[in-house]
Amino acid sequence: MRIPCPYCGERDAQEFTYRGDAAPVRPQGDAGFFDYVYLRDNPAGPIAEHWYHAQGCRGWLVVERNTRTHEILGARLAGECAR
Amino acid sequence: MSRLGQGGLIDRDRPLSFTFDGRRFTGFEGDTLASALVANDVRLVGRSFKYHRPRGILTAGSEEPNALVTLNAGARAEPNTRATAIPLFEGLEAHSQNCWPSPGFDLLAVNQIFAPLFVAGFYYKTFMWPVAFWEKLYEPLIRRAAGLGKLSTLPDPSQYDRDHGFCDLLVIGGGPAGLAAALAASRAGLRVILVDGDTRFGGRLLSERHLVDGMAGADWTARTVAELASLPNVRLLSRTTLFGVYDGQQYGAIEHVADHCTASGAGQPRQRLWKIVARRAILATGAVERPLMFGGNDRPGVMMASAVSTFVNRYAAAPGRRAVLFTTTASGWSTVFDLHAAGIDVAAVIEGRAGGSEAAREANRLGIEVVRASAFHVIGRQGVRAVALVDAAGRKRRLTCDLVAMAGGWNPSIGLGTNLGARPVWSETLQTFLLDAAPPGLTAAGAAAGCWALGDALRDGVTRAAEAAEALGKPLAARAVPACSADPAAISSLWHIPGKGKAFVDFQHDVTTGDVTLAAREGFVSVEHLKRYTTLGMATDQGKSGQVNGHALLAAKTGRTMAEVGTILSRPPFLPVSIGALVGHHRGTHLRPARQTASHGWAKLAGATFVDAGLWKRAQWYARPGETDWLQTVNREVRMTRGGVGICDISTLGKIDLHGPDAGTLLDRLYINSFSALPVGKARYGVMLREDGFVLDDGTASRFAQDRFFVTTTTANAAKVMQHIDHARQVIWPELDVQATSVTEQWSVFSVAGPRSRQLLQAMFPDIDLSNEAFPYMAAMECRWRGRPARIFRLSFSGELAFEIAVPARHGEALVRALCEAGRPLDATPYGTEALAVMRIEKGHPAGNELNGMTTAADLGLGRMMSGRKDYIGRVLAGRPGLCDPARPALVGLRPRRPDQRIRGGAHLFSPHVLRIPANDEGYVTSAAWSPMLESYVALALLSRGPDRHGEVIIVHDPLRGPEIEAEICDPVFFDPEGVRVRG
Repeated sequence: MRIPCPYCGERDAQEFTYRGDAAPVRPQGDAGFFDYVYLRDNPAGPIAEHWYHAQGCRGWLVVERNTRTHEILGARLAGECAR
Repeated sequence: MSRLGQGGLIDRDRPLSFTFDGRRFTGFEGDTLASALVANDVRLVGRSFKYHRPRGILTAGSEEPNALVTLNAGARAEPNTRATAIPLFEGLEAHSQNCWPSPGFDLLAVNQIFAPLFVAGFYYKTFMWPVAFWEKLYEPLIRRAAGLGKLSTLPDPSQYDRDHGFCDLLVIGGGPAGLAAALAASRAGLRVILVDGDTRFGGRLLSERHLVDGMAGADWTARTVAELASLPNVRLLSRTTLFGVYDGQQYGAIEHVADHCTASGAGQPRQRLWKIVARRAILATGAVERPLMFGGNDRPGVMMASAVSTFVNRYAAAPGRRAVLFTTTASGWSTVFDLHAAGIDVAAVIEGRAGGSEAAREANRLGIEVVRASAFHVIGRQGVRAVALVDAAGRKRRLTCDLVAMAGGWNPSIGLGTNLGARPVWSETLQTFLLDAAPPGLTAAGAAAGCWALGDALRDGVTRAAEAAEALGKPLAARAVPACSADPAAISSLWHIPGKGKAFVDFQHDVTTGDVTLAAREGFVSVEHLKRYTTLGMATDQGKSGQVNGHALLAAKTGRTMAEVGTILSRPPFLPVSIGALVGHHRGTHLRPARQTASHGWAKLAGATFVDAGLWKRAQWYARPGETDWLQTVNREVRMTRGGVGICDISTLGKIDLHGPDAGTLLDRLYINSFSALPVGKARYGVMLREDGFVLDDGTASRFAQDRFFVTTTTANAAKVMQHIDHARQVIWPELDVQATSVTEQWSVFSVAGPRSRQLLQAMFPDIDLSNEAFPYMAAMECRWRGRPARIFRLSFSGELAFEIAVPARHGEALVRALCEAGRPLDATPYGTEALAVMRIEKGHPAGNELNGMTTAADLGLGRMMSGRKDYIGRVLAGRPGLCDPARPALVGLRPRRPDQRIRGGAHLFSPHVLRIPANDEGYVTSAAWSPMLESYVALALLSRGPDRHGEVIIVHDPLRGPEIEAEICDPVFFDPEGVRVRG
């Protein structure tokens, strides 16, 4: 697979570390942590995921990937997604 | 000799000597092993997998199922190599496989007598009972009797290389379509890579007598390749097999750099693994000719018609003297005329369909008989002697011949196109399976797309190249298609012809028409079930020639159409790949990179023994002359450090610079304890949790300015913590204004520990006041050493008065030399990781064995550090009932009742007088060592309710390594429990 890092350009997936679904957001209070840490959807189709460009810019990315085809639909810096 | 007197693309001025099964032969430059064997009248090259039937050469290409040989000998022996794909070289040595003592007389041919036992599913049916016999008797027997070549089992002496290719257009296959596509695309300015598994480009143009642009196919190929080679935007890779298509338009290929040489040149790899990234790709892999299913279709001397043409035209090698040709296609007729032109007798042409074609009339004019047969089989065991048939008038006839050529139609070579899961679809007009939905960026062209006729293939290649160029924004200026001679290409499907004897579907796995029929009768009516039940297509050739025949037979036996039955997918590798090529340089010491600290060279001279810590090489101990045992050395290092001063390289710890106005806030959220209030010039010990509440890592953070911290991690977790910090500041709290950078490799750090450490360091830094008052425990400062930036920390892992001193890594060796020099009058010793570990166990500090991802801060006795006044990662889930359970195993110390009784890490703990079963297991030993200070073995352990059980006796149970030991549970801090020394 190739991931288009917004900072480094299109790079081999071996340079990245996978984390998983980018949807869960860390709760503000004490409630909801179990879901945040453990509960994940497993969609067949497009999913937004966190990947870490460990051997590149060290940026955390939100990568859109199709789980059926492994097609990479796009990538943005996680920090910019949140803003 | 069956070498024709003239013609062929062989160099008759360059004879090559080779051996097959020990017999010496001669071929020519340009031959393959197969063509040289044909030219030397060697027809029998091996025995089949299951029945040990005599087998010859079936094809002239890489799809060959029969002619598998072991190439080379000794450590370089390579089993299951296809003789048709081995370019001949001087001194080549090959051996037949799966026969003993020789292919002509094979003792295990007795299997043919028991053939009724070996039908589809015979493993499952025959070797059912008794169960215990399977492993002990049946399987070893079957393995000995069946099978292919054997591995040498010696270390592979060859070198393998790796390369990366990037291009606009990858053209897979250098036949007419591929060459036309590559030429058109490269003229448009696209960056093109053209790969072909053969030693020379041209594909079928080298094997047939067609004219392209008014010249012989081989000449047109040479002219085209010369033009491509002259272009700077083209890379030509011959002898390069594309073996797989992967996600993201990535392709794997093996370049056979020196496989055709007697010995690799100096520094030359045997093979090179290519990883190619291509924006577009054209699959111009051509087509594989289908065998026909008739009795004895596996006998030596039965060949594919296209292979016969190839041997005659390309290699000037006659596979027989008198041929019978069985064709259902127009292409089969070219072989008839090729044979006639080469002066080889054609006894008859058998047509599977209604005759009357122009080609048949031409054959009649040449005096060749054309027959329609309703039954047909081959006579001859070790080789074709004749064929028997029933003609259209119902007469039985017998034709003497020594060669049977079969032309059963074509299967586009689309295996690569199905690697990512696209299922081929049946084309009724073309009578073949085609790629319906190719992977992104990939298009089939030429015969691989069902364009059988040469002119169609050339045009298709140009069209596909034009599409690719258009899509990449570089449209072709002109679409010139080379002109070529007429090439009729009609196919009519005739799969199975009745007659006597076994008719083979999968030659390599000995699957017969009877097996497929049986499978259909027993209900295995899906192609996937058929494959697994009969092993059809599961041999090393992946059924390239026979698979579709099996599916056609299944369709006939189950009354379905080919479209309904369908076909299977192909997985990489398309052709066998040496594991060595995938491993490349990554073996032996090159398996992983080795990281060395700045003091490595010095440590080596100082007698260090090194140990792997992740990728790092760390000094484990420094043996002195006269020391005979590692423990003796380690004990001395501990005593000298605790009694005087020791020096240890701790540069492998992870080091992270944190910078920005919100650095303190971020640390508060990362650590369980507070850092935002840490004064400048101070260090603090901290523990990080994962969000699930378990400990991630521990370390220190020092503050050098209001907005600048220096964080250390354990050696093992350096990368993990860096990733964790980046996640926190980029994903969870992007609003925080703070940057983080790994500086692990930028700083060289040494611990100077022991009661005389201050004296040593003061000598190094006479201008700095290092007294307890000016620079107390947990102080940190930035200073200069020899004009370079330096940092001093009053931190201790050993429990002694200790300092850590850091300088830029390139000055690390100078620093350790200076420390030793200054330490000489103080009798300083360097110490390694073993002494470091002994001292931290004596002090009860948790390390890697305790920070094992399953422990909480409370388990490690650090629960009181957890702040209740702020949020931090892991806070909420660390409060889960399960993680706060007082019965959880928690950190304790263990001392054996008798000091010399050795406790080992990994031993389990039981209360006395209970059964030693998992249900009664109360914990385990995490770290253990001989303490030279206490003169006893000591250990750290995680024990249920441990902190409340100090003074109790527990059983250390280690049945694999020694007897049970009684130990006393105690506080984990064995040495200087009051912590007086560290503050001294």
